[in-house]
Amino acid sequence: MVELTIDGIKTRVLEGTTVLEAAGEMGIVIPTLCYHPGLSAYGACRICIVEVVNGNSSSLEASCTLPVAEGQVILTNSAKVIKARKVIIELLIASCPNSKTLQDMAAEMGVNKIRFKIKDKDCILCGLCVRYCKEQMQSGGIGFIGRGTSRRVATAFGVTPEECRNCGGCEWICPVRERACMTDDLVNGLCGRCQNLVPVETCPVCTRCSESVGAHGHKVY
Amino acid sequence: MKRLKSAAELEELQARILSRRDPNRTCVVTSVGTCGLARGAEDVAQAISKTLSDLGLKDSIDVKTTGCQGFCEIEPVVVIYPERILYQQVTPADIPEVISESVIKNEVIERLLYSDPSTGQKIIHEQDIPFYTKQNRLLLDNNRLIDPHKIDDYLALGGYSTLAKALFEMVPEQVLEEVKKANLRGRGGGGFPTARKWESCRNAPSSDGVRYVICNADEGDPGAYMDRSLLEGNPHSVIEGMVIGAYAIGSHYGYVYVRHEYPLALKNLIIALEQAREYGLLGENILGSGFDFDIKISRGGGAFICGESTALMASLEGKIGEPRPKHIHTVVSGLNGKPTNLNNVETWANVPLIINKGADWYSQIGTEESKGTKIFSLVGKINNTGLVEVPMGITLREIIYDIGGGIPDGKKFKAVQTGGPSGGCIPESLLDLPVDFERLVQAGSMMGSGGMIVADEDTCMVDVAKYFVKFLTEESCGKCVPCREGLDRMLDILTDITEGQGKEGDIELLEELGGVIKETSLCALGSTAPNPVLSTIRYFRDEYEAHIKEKRCPAGVCKALITFTIDEEKCPGCQRCIKVCPQMAISGEKKKPHIIDQEKCIKCGLCRDICKFEAIIVS
Repeated sequence: MVELTIDGIKTRVLEGTTVLEAAGEMGIVIPTLCYHPGLSAYGACRICIVEVVNGNSSSLEASCTLPVAEGQVILTNSAKVIKARKVIIELLIASCPNSKTLQDMAAEMGVNKIRFKIKDKDCILCGLCVRYCKEQMQSGGIGFIGRGTSRRVATAFGVTPEECRNCGGCEWICPVRERACMTDDLVNGLCGRCQNLVPVETCPVCTRCSESVGAHGHKVY
Repeated sequence: MKRLKSAAELEELQARILSRRDPNRTCVVTSVGTCGLARGAEDVAQAISKTLSDLGLKDSIDVKTTGCQGFCEIEPVVVIYPERILYQQVTPADIPEVISESVIKNEVIERLLYSDPSTGQKIIHEQDIPFYTKQNRLLLDNNRLIDPHKIDDYLALGGYSTLAKALFEMVPEQVLEEVKKANLRGRGGGGFPTARKWESCRNAPSSDGVRYVICNADEGDPGAYMDRSLLEGNPHSVIEGMVIGAYAIGSHYGYVYVRHEYPLALKNLIIALEQAREYGLLGENILGSGFDFDIKISRGGGAFICGESTALMASLEGKIGEPRPKHIHTVVSGLNGKPTNLNNVETWANVPLIINKGADWYSQIGTEESKGTKIFSLVGKINNTGLVEVPMGITLREIIYDIGGGIPDGKKFKAVQTGGPSGGCIPESLLDLPVDFERLVQAGSMMGSGGMIVADEDTCMVDVAKYFVKFLTEESCGKCVPCREGLDRMLDILTDITEGQGKEGDIELLEELGGVIKETSLCALGSTAPNPVLSTIRYFRDEYEAHIKEKRCPAGVCKALITFTIDEEKCPGCQRCIKVCPQMAISGEKKKPHIIDQEKCIKCGLCRDICKFEAIIVS
């Protein structure tokens, strides 16, 4: 057993547990996007960052991949964490403005203004679908291609691979429900069931600002 | 080649090689590293061989081709031994004269000599050139004596004796202790104590005893080529270092991960590995000691991120080259989940030196915290472009002015960018900063693998920051959000600023965003990526403000913010600019001042470059 302190409360958890899991056991909610308990931790979205206090200094680490350690002191909701988390959600919304999940999360964090240029992507590249396909379906039909801003989820050579069993798991697990958007040809793409892809008519960014809900063509979810 | 079965046999072989060599024999050496090749050194080397055989001197005069000798500015270089007369920028047409006058008659050819840009003085001997005299070339000096295709050249310099010393006279713990005492730190950029890494890897549990040793030769920084030069010119020093390291760690499997873009380094390395294997210096039962170790080569596919240790190992495993969190270190669980020790090319090349000459000797060089020498590739707006190897603790001023020969065309120094794309820009006020791992970080930059790009007064620092951020945006693996999205948004803001669309608050937003990227990114690429932006804001904030508030680029670089006009008083109407303008934007009669049509002008600057009268005004 390992003893650590999360948000001022001492706890004992099994060795090998992650900080995210340890916090979860205590009922402390840390927002996540690329995490799923049934899949390997990936540490890509960085929404789940926590502050690891080490004497006078501290660092930010993604809690989903951070293993617990004896005597660790963790803050899940410090000013430093909130500040960084807000910028990260702002970056995500600027990239994928139409995602309801992201908008909800931003609203929760009190982010209601995007200072960056708005792009028109719809995949946050969390890799849940890729991991689901590989780890739960033992398929590996989809994967990442490209790097940097060109990175995207795709099938090899843009065709439905033999490995794909049309299970729809990738679509089911997508936290922003846009998995298949990345495929040009949906029928020949992954599963073809794209009911979640109905375009949402909203202003470019909806942060559920209470005063304007329903007005100016805003769509109320 | 006969397989060597003991240290004594190695010694015998070395003695035999030396006995066949006469140090006073004339030898014509051409350096054919990648930079030499780019400037036609291959043709020069062929011309030398041909001329000598035409003259029937093939048997009396030796010819040698070596790797890069570091002074790229003056390539192709031909050096005549034993006196070391150096001829610069030699063309094949010069060779008959070099052979007949200099080699045979022993007369110096004035016009091919190197002349010191600061004094204008002609220098005959290689060893007297200030570029070389002010350096401490512990690692690079042997490049000039070694034909990388001939292991005998390396053995003649006492090569692999250090390996024999380690294998037969020392136990692994002693080797480790020696490296620890020397306080060797990783030359790939992080500066992590090498011995501590080795020790952790040695002590990490491995169920089947498998441990890996990796040489990171995925050098991807723009303008940096230290590792390439070592691998091309002296591959055996790296191999020897790796075998010694593997012995200390208890590893039997090694990898060199080398960039696909380094074909010559790869070729020389393959040849070197084969020759080392034939002599029994690699493979099973090395030198009859009972120690087994072999090295495989893996070629990178051109991704910058694969220079990061965990991404490199993922790539070696055949997976996508993307980093993973390092909460469990690679020395505990790295390649294939086994304890893995990864060091950079230059670090490995340092190992034989330390074991051979001892930690006490080694730790005399350098500063308190950073020992030994460091190779920098000095490029950009500098007179003496090339590779410089200097002791740690030397000041930037000494590197740039004493070795680098200062800024060309009498321009003013503005900044030096160290540490590769994610390093920072250091201004003139900090030129007396001693170069070591800690000081560079304090100045907002870092050692990195050793790139050093000099900027002069005509360089726009916002543009520089934009260039590096663009590079990193493309080279980020794209896995984590702060690095992928954050850098892209940073690039958006910087692009706006350079295009005159910058607004109040942009600098603060860049600072805030930079801070978050630094703190929350998954790997070292992301956590250092904002450095070029943050350091230029720190030292050149006025330039950012001029772009944003006054819509003015002080250095006259950002096209959207400058206009080209012609000074009527200075323009004699020579029509040279009219001929060179690709847009036909300049008009005017002969001997009358010309005019630039602003609508057509694309601000390419060709007119400014060609004008002899400084009549083109950039404002």
